[in-house]
Amino acid sequence: MSAVQDDIVVIRDLSFGFGKRVIFDRCNFAFKRGKVTAIMGPSGTGKTTLLRLIGRQVAPRAGSVVVDGEDVTRLPRAELYELRKRLGMLFQNGALFTGLSVFDNVAFPLREHTRLPEAMIRDLVLLKLQAVGLRGARDMMPAQLSGGMARRVALARAIALDPMIVMYDEPFAGLDPITMGVIMKLIRMFNDSLGLTSIIVSHDVQEVSAISDYVYLISGGKVIGEGTPAELEISKSPWVRQFLHAEPDGPVAFHYPAPTLADDLLQDAT
Amino acid sequence: MIGLLQNIGRSSIGFLERTGRATLFFLRVLAGVPALMLQFRLVLAQLYSVGVLSVLVIVVSGLTVGMVLGLQMYNTLAKFGAASSLGPVIALALVRELGPVVAALLFAGRAGSALTAEIGLMKATEQLSGMEMMAVDPVRRIVAPRLVAGILSMPLLAAMFSAVGVLGGYLVGVGMLGVDAGAYWAQMQAAVDWRGDVINGIIKSVFFGMIVTWIAVFEGYDAVPTTEGVSRATTRTVVYASLAVLLFDFMLTALMFGDTLI
Repeated sequence: MSAVQDDIVVIRDLSFGFGKRVIFDRCNFAFKRGKVTAIMGPSGTGKTTLLRLIGRQVAPRAGSVVVDGEDVTRLPRAELYELRKRLGMLFQNGALFTGLSVFDNVAFPLREHTRLPEAMIRDLVLLKLQAVGLRGARDMMPAQLSGGMARRVALARAIALDPMIVMYDEPFAGLDPITMGVIMKLIRMFNDSLGLTSIIVSHDVQEVSAISDYVYLISGGKVIGEGTPAELEISKSPWVRQFLHAEPDGPVAFHYPAPTLADDLLQDAT
Repeated sequence: MIGLLQNIGRSSIGFLERTGRATLFFLRVLAGVPALMLQFRLVLAQLYSVGVLSVLVIVVSGLTVGMVLGLQMYNTLAKFGAASSLGPVIALALVRELGPVVAALLFAGRAGSALTAEIGLMKATEQLSGMEMMAVDPVRRIVAPRLVAGILSMPLLAAMFSAVGVLGGYLVGVGMLGVDAGAYWAQMQAAVDWRGDVINGIIKSVFFGMIVTWIAVFEGYDAVPTTEGVSRATTRTVVYASLAVLLFDFMLTALMFGDTLI
C-alpha cells in the first residue's frame, strides 16, 4: 500500500476563518489509517473547527479535505451524507438527544439508516452498550446520566454504524480521573479492536500522549509541531515546550495585547 | 441626523436579510415535507406536543371569552330590544375573528415559544450538529414535522375555541340572563354562513398556524446557541408571531369581508 493510500484523511493548504479572524492559514494534516492521531493546542485555536471541516459541517476558504479518497469540499450533498454514515463523532458534551432514552439514542442511527428488524437493532444496541459498560443504563434518560456516562453513551452511539473514522472532541474535558481512564481505555480499545481510525482533539497533554500514535500541535492558525509523543517530548521548539510543560509564559504570552502598564496607568481616566 | 439615517438603513438591511434567510429556510423545510408522508409517526408525535398539549389553555380561554362576550353583548343588545340576536353576534365574532386570532395568539405563547426553546436548546447542546454528523438532516427530521403539526393543529384549536366560546355565551346568555334558548340557536343557524364565515375563519387559522410555526421554528433554528440566545429567541417568537397574526388578520379580513372598504 502506498503512503498516500495509507492516509485516510489528508488535508492540504487548508485556510479557514470567521470574518476577519483567521483560524487556519494554509495548514497540512495527514491522518494514518488505523492509528490514533491527536490535535492539541490552546483553547480557541480551532481544534473543534478542524473536526467540523473534516465532516464538512463548515466549508474551508481554500484547500482540500480528502476523506477516504473523496474531497469533501466538492462532494454533492447526497454523497456527503453517504460519507458521513462512515464517520462517527463524539461531541464534547455528548450531544445526546434529550428526548430519547439511552437505548433509543444508540438505536437512532441504526433506525435512520438501516432497515434492520427491531430484534436485531436491540441486539446491536445492547452489544454497543455492553462495550461501554452501560448495558444496565439502557432505560435511563440523558438528564439522569453523569457527564462521564453521557460521554460513554455518546461513544456507543458514535460506533453504532461501525464507522471507519471516529472523531473525539475534547473527550477528557471535565472528567474525574477514573472516568478519564475509562474513556482512554475505550478509545484505544475501539481503535485497535474495531479497526478504526481515531482523531482526537484535546488539550490534555498527559492523556493524549498516553494513547496517541501521532500528535499535531496547532496555534495561531499554524501547525507548530508534529510527531510521535516521544518525539515531541524532546522537541527543542520553545512553543512545544511551553505547551507540553504547561509554562505560564513563553511564546504564548501571559498578557493579552495591551499598551504598557505604565502608559495605561498614567492615562487620564476619561 | 446622518447617524439616524445610518441606523434606519442598517436595521432595514438587517430586517430584509433576516426575512430572506427565513424564507429560504421555509423553502428548505417545505422540501422536507413530502418525505414525511412515509414517516407520519414523526408528525403524530408533534401533533401531540404542539396540538393536544395546547387544548387546555385554548378551551379555558375560549370559555371565558364566550362568557364575557355574552355578558357584554347582552347589555348592549338589550337596550335595543335585540337580546334575542345574542346567538349570531357571539357566533360571528368568534368564528370570523376571535376564534382564529385569539387562538393563534395563545398558540404563539404556548406552542410557539416551546418550539423555539426546544429547537434552540437542541442547537445549543449540539444535538442538531450531532444529527447532521450522523447523516440525518435536522431540517427534515426535526423542523419539518413540527411545521406540519403546527399547520394542522391551528385550525382545529381555533375551531375548539369558537365552539367552546359559543357554549360559554350560551351559559351566560341563556343560563343566567334569560335569553330564549331556541332564539339563541335558531338565529345563529340562520345568520352564520358556512362558506362566508366558517370557511373563511378556517382559512385564517390555517394561515396563522403556518406563520406562527414558521416564525417559531426559524427563531429556534437561527438562535445564537447559548442560553441567553435561546431565551432571546423565545421572546422574539412570541412578539413577532403575535404582531404577525394581528397584521395578517387585518389584511385577510380586508380581503374576505372588505367589500365595504372599497
